[in-house]
Amino acid sequence: MKKKTRRLYIALVGLCALGAIAALVLAALEDDIVFFFSPTEVIEKGKIEPDRRIRIGGLVEAGSVEKAADGVTNIFVVTDMANTIPVHYKGLLPDLFREGQGVVAEGYFQNDVLVADEVLAKHDENYMPPEVADALKKSGKWEEGQPITEALKQGHVPDELKDK
Amino acid sequence: MALFVAVVQGVVPLAAGPMGNRRWMNIAGPASIAQFILIATAFAALTHAFVTSDFSVLNVAKNSHTDKPLLYKISGVWGNHEGSMLLWVLILATFGCAVQVFGRNLPSGLKNRTLAVQSLVTVGFLMFILFTSNPFERLLDVPANGQSLNPLLQDPGLAFHPPFLYLGYVGFSIAYSFAIAALIEGRVDASWARWVRPWTLAAWVFLTVGIALGSWWAYYELGWGGWWFWDPVENASFMPWLAGTALLHSAIVVEKRDALKSWTIFLAIIAFGLSLLGTFLVRSGVLTSVHAFATDPERGVFILILLIIAIGGSFALYAVRGPSLVGGGLFKPVSREGALLFNNWILTTATGVVLLGTLYPLFIDVIDAGKVSVGAPFYNRVFIPIMTPLVILMALGPLMSWKRADAKGILNRMYLVYGATLVAVILTFILKGEEGWGGYFGMGLATWLAVGTLWDVADRIKLGKTPFGQSLKRLARQPRATWGMTIAHLGLAIAIAGMTGAGNWKVEKIQVMNFGDKLDVAGFTYTFEGVRDIRGPNYDALEGTFTVHKDGEFITTLQAEKREYDTGGMPTTEAAIYPMFLGDLYAVVGDKSGDGYVTRLYWNPLIAWLWAGCGLLTLGGLVSLSDRRHRVGAPKRSALANKAIAEGAKA
Repeated sequence: MKKKTRRLYIALVGLCALGAIAALVLAALEDDIVFFFSPTEVIEKGKIEPDRRIRIGGLVEAGSVEKAADGVTNIFVVTDMANTIPVHYKGLLPDLFREGQGVVAEGYFQNDVLVADEVLAKHDENYMPPEVADALKKSGKWEEGQPITEALKQGHVPDELKDK
Repeated sequence: MALFVAVVQGVVPLAAGPMGNRRWMNIAGPASIAQFILIATAFAALTHAFVTSDFSVLNVAKNSHTDKPLLYKISGVWGNHEGSMLLWVLILATFGCAVQVFGRNLPSGLKNRTLAVQSLVTVGFLMFILFTSNPFERLLDVPANGQSLNPLLQDPGLAFHPPFLYLGYVGFSIAYSFAIAALIEGRVDASWARWVRPWTLAAWVFLTVGIALGSWWAYYELGWGGWWFWDPVENASFMPWLAGTALLHSAIVVEKRDALKSWTIFLAIIAFGLSLLGTFLVRSGVLTSVHAFATDPERGVFILILLIIAIGGSFALYAVRGPSLVGGGLFKPVSREGALLFNNWILTTATGVVLLGTLYPLFIDVIDAGKVSVGAPFYNRVFIPIMTPLVILMALGPLMSWKRADAKGILNRMYLVYGATLVAVILTFILKGEEGWGGYFGMGLATWLAVGTLWDVADRIKLGKTPFGQSLKRLARQPRATWGMTIAHLGLAIAIAGMTGAGNWKVEKIQVMNFGDKLDVAGFTYTFEGVRDIRGPNYDALEGTFTVHKDGEFITTLQAEKREYDTGGMPTTEAAIYPMFLGDLYAVVGDKSGDGYVTRLYWNPLIAWLWAGCGLLTLGGLVSLSDRRHRVGAPKRSALANKAIAEGAKA
């Protein structure tokens, strides 16, 4: 009998531990995952809470990259060829960061600007991050298999499309 | 040359042929050697093509260049998908061959079955190579020169990273093959565990080195000052490591106490399954990762099929045969077995959590609930609380005796450990002030583990209880396996201290500096001396020079580079690092901005401890591997076991 009760205790402790871990994981999943949006989705959502960390992806619009007055903050515009989001990033941009290249930026929104603390470009120059490819597909500007057009490569939104 | 390659290409499928029939028991041994020789030949041919820059081979043309230094020509062999898969198979075959060569004393049934399983895995991967990624594909128009290897990969750390990682991944295939063979035979006993342990240990050592090299590379090459990003690709290598660590510990219980058998088999399957999953995740590109190279969804599907066959098949076998593996050796919850079991629970839970975090974005994407990424905050929040009890128990476990231990007695004896931990926490508080609880906590934990481990040694040699000379003699008599454990546990303690330091007290400054500007980072004064253009073997670089002073005294000169390779348009950042006992000085030079340059200066505290800790973990594994009991003991046992079987058969 005694052995059985002991087993029961062990089982109970084990279950509690498992429950605690499950709770921990769920809570962490709730708070700590980062949603990915394309610029169009951000615009559709309207306002994004300033304490909500998000990730956006698209192409770096050609001619949009500049430095702020402090000399270290990079300002650029991420586009999915339908809508654009301005991004501020303090720090060194990754080596592969280029105008017209796919890029993923992560951070918090302040007003309408994404203040990023992380900017990712791939390690491989002939690569489009899947999220960016998706964002472009969603905005209807690019389809799988279709060669990336010159315009897209340049990251330019043709003027006639801009007001759409 | 072309002919040679073609011949080899013809031979590789032939190698696959006989292996399918490997059920002919005794063919297994010689076949494994033949297979090894054939694959080694293929690999040598590819290496030759790379070294001589034979650009008629597509793979070489894409990944090599005549200008490259020899080391990177060779590392280019596995710096691409096809070559790395060939390396994978080569290692599979090497391990198979090693079992044949070193395992002469294994019972022939077990050995042949193990080799058969191993070769089936090899067949799968050979088919993979032949159908989807032939490294010898030819080019009709031979280009004048190659496209060169991705410049980021042209680095000594990364040249050796894949082979070690693969040695680790694939090393678990041996544990897996042993496990399946044991399941087929329906017999798992102490001698089985004794044979499996060294193989698992070897794989674990390789994997540890592989992960550490990768992490080290990320630290100095990516120029972010970070060393672990919880990136899917990192997780892919970390999961087999966690499972392998668990396997390492549970195999001890099987060997010494004949318990936890089916659990150990389960872990062996899981460890290799995770290795396959890791390969799948990395190669298929289903997860976005900044580190993944050479991805291709089609290949992913193939690996996925292999994965399903290997894991599904072995779990089915496990379900059928598993229940028959009744363990002997009962034990109380508070005992060394109990502690090891606890270790296993935590490590598997941790593996599960990492797996969940890694696959969660995929899952969310599949059910179309949006795109998410699971990053460092998630893992830090979940992983640390899960691992903490493990580390706490790690100091206690070795002190416990088998079967049942006296928990109160052990806890009472450890006053010194409590004291040291308390001192460490207070010291951290004094030195660092109120900078969050993570620092005190981590340092306390590291001290607890370190002193606890030393305490265990003191306990074993009865330090202070017998004359000192006697204690020394006892120290000399400790088996290597014990030394290995002690070193590895100490290594982890030091690594934890390093992680704590690097994670909590890092100082990062980003700014524009003009020539001659001075800047203070964590008490060190950096002076930006200037930049100049330099020329490397196959790149041009901008070199920024910093001198560092502390309290007016000269410390070092740092030279950070930004390289542009001749062949690729992609620049790379070479951070300048000056490692010191208490931390690294770390400088990166960036783009021109106005008259000056953007610079990133870091103080990375205790990071050297992290690498030292990894080194000790590896050393511990090696020392333990050199234990004579692993080599000499096993044959004796196996001879005995064979006799016992023979007698059993007679009876």
